[in-house]
Amino acid sequence: MTDPIIRMQGIEKHFGSVIALAGVTVDFYPGECHCLLGDNGAGKSTFIKTMSGVHKPTKGTIEFEGQKMDFADPRDAIAAGIATVYQDLAMIPLMSVSRNFFMGNEPTKKIAGISFFDHEHANEVTMSEMRKMGINLRGPDQAVGTLSGGERQTVAIARAVHFGAKVLILDEPTSALGVRQTANVLATVDKVRKQGIAVVFITHNVRHAMAVGDRFTVLNRGKTFGTAARGEITPEQLQDMMAGGEELATLEGSLGGTV
Amino acid sequence: MSDATTNDDERIKEMSGLRRAMIRPELGGMVGTVAVFTFFLLFAFDSGMFSAQGVMNWSVVSAQFMIIAVGACLLMIAGEFDLSVGSMIGFAGMMIAVFSITLGWPMWMAIIVTFVICIAFGALNGFIVVRTGLPSFIVTLATLFILRGFTIFIPQTLERKTIIGGIREAAEGDWLAPIFGGKILTGFFQWLGDMGVIGVFTRGNLEGKPVVDGIPMLIVWALGLVVFGHIVLTRTRFGNWIFAAGGDAQAARYAGVPVDRVKIMMFMFTAFVATVFATSQVMEFGSAGSDRGVLKEFEAIIAVVIGGALLTGGYGSVVGAALGALIFGVVQQGLFFANVESSLFRVFLGVILLFAVILNTYIRRMITGER
Repeated sequence: MTDPIIRMQGIEKHFGSVIALAGVTVDFYPGECHCLLGDNGAGKSTFIKTMSGVHKPTKGTIEFEGQKMDFADPRDAIAAGIATVYQDLAMIPLMSVSRNFFMGNEPTKKIAGISFFDHEHANEVTMSEMRKMGINLRGPDQAVGTLSGGERQTVAIARAVHFGAKVLILDEPTSALGVRQTANVLATVDKVRKQGIAVVFITHNVRHAMAVGDRFTVLNRGKTFGTAARGEITPEQLQDMMAGGEELATLEGSLGGTV
Repeated sequence: MSDATTNDDERIKEMSGLRRAMIRPELGGMVGTVAVFTFFLLFAFDSGMFSAQGVMNWSVVSAQFMIIAVGACLLMIAGEFDLSVGSMIGFAGMMIAVFSITLGWPMWMAIIVTFVICIAFGALNGFIVVRTGLPSFIVTLATLFILRGFTIFIPQTLERKTIIGGIREAAEGDWLAPIFGGKILTGFFQWLGDMGVIGVFTRGNLEGKPVVDGIPMLIVWALGLVVFGHIVLTRTRFGNWIFAAGGDAQAARYAGVPVDRVKIMMFMFTAFVATVFATSQVMEFGSAGSDRGVLKEFEAIIAVVIGGALLTGGYGSVVGAALGALIFGVVQQGLFFANVESSLFRVFLGVILLFAVILNTYIRRMITGER
């Protein structure tokens, strides 16, 4: 088996007197989709923000490609190759797809010693990347606002991959989407994984997780219940672990197994 | 999914040419410009508005609006407002007067120091907005009063008056002052006068001189700033950051855009253009007054909105704002030439502003596909 690309060991994060993470240890491997499950308030967001450099862990170490990492801010993490796609904050609706795609990484060309935005190059790359991801644009100047939620997630993922992400963190990419759009995003995740990128997929939907996940880690109240590989665990077990076990079992009885 | 990569999506309708034109931010400004010129050509052609002097008259007024509109436009696209522009104009003019007349500094030094002080105030505006996260509306409203207060207090304390004159004489022979108050192409206009293309004075001590003796630097500044602003906004990576900062600051930050720096720089640029305006005005009038620049901030914002920018940021055009300024200037002076009661100009302004905002909101829905 290959070595993990990121090892998160004994991560603790305290906000004042609140313990958001109480010692979480997870390894992420390249070319795998690692699903991070948990109910609201389980600590998923805090955990990924620690990975992406937004928060500094109170305790514990982050190893990236075998080296201990200490990210000062998200830019450091991005530079190292850890990209995060946030649910609603991935794209700017009023800007064109091409401007969004290169936001923060604008290509430039020099004319008479002055750097100009290389629109031609940006448009070309955007169109070809979008075609690869199965999105048909009228043109690179089409505003992102005209894209569906699923397409926006896909553009954001394509952007992260294009700029050399080795680890791609997806924060609930499917939670606001319809069935068809969800399928598209999951297919995109599968494509990305096959390129050897480690995908960290945050969700509280067990079915979405089971569809693409290679490994599953459940967070509950700031702790993990351990990691299971595909085939070692059933959706029912995952569901139970997320909800904290017995209560849901009781509830399930009264709801006739619909949860 | 895989076969969709080659076929066109049947759900995407071909965009009509009209619709495509509609989502360009400059559209409102272009239509307005054509409408305004058509109107005045039809109804005020004989008023002298389109003689050499008339053209120069509304060109100068439009250029004044244009200079401050460029700053307000870039700032608005970056998602912020500056209500202190008018006060900044009064303050900058007064500082130049105080430094050069009261303190007797050379004019170039007075101008440069004034620029530094005003840009520092712009930076302070930006810094406070970025750090506190307060709406720029409130922060710059405070600056509006603070600067206006100083603009009245300082000359009253030092000179016991609120208007300081004698600036034109003090600027005589200065190397920097003509860049703001001078004229170019004077030889060309003299030649045009000699050739009889434009009129010449037939009496008085200006006899033989053309009625329009050159292009004021004010117009050169206006056109230069419009070209500069347009290129920065549309053709550089910094321009992309301006759009991003105003479109969604948080998303831009996540993508690695230095949003705070962009916003502070736009506040500084707004202060810069306000000072350019003030310097040109002071050179032209030869005096600085405590009441200069009142309401200019709103005029700048109106020009920008007529030019198609969204008040909420992230969308707009410098060329549009320049056209908005042109409409503004032509109508204001045109009504004067046409002998229309000047108070009606305000009515016109209110109506056109309302129309522009409604149109912009509609266009925004079209771009983002909201319903």
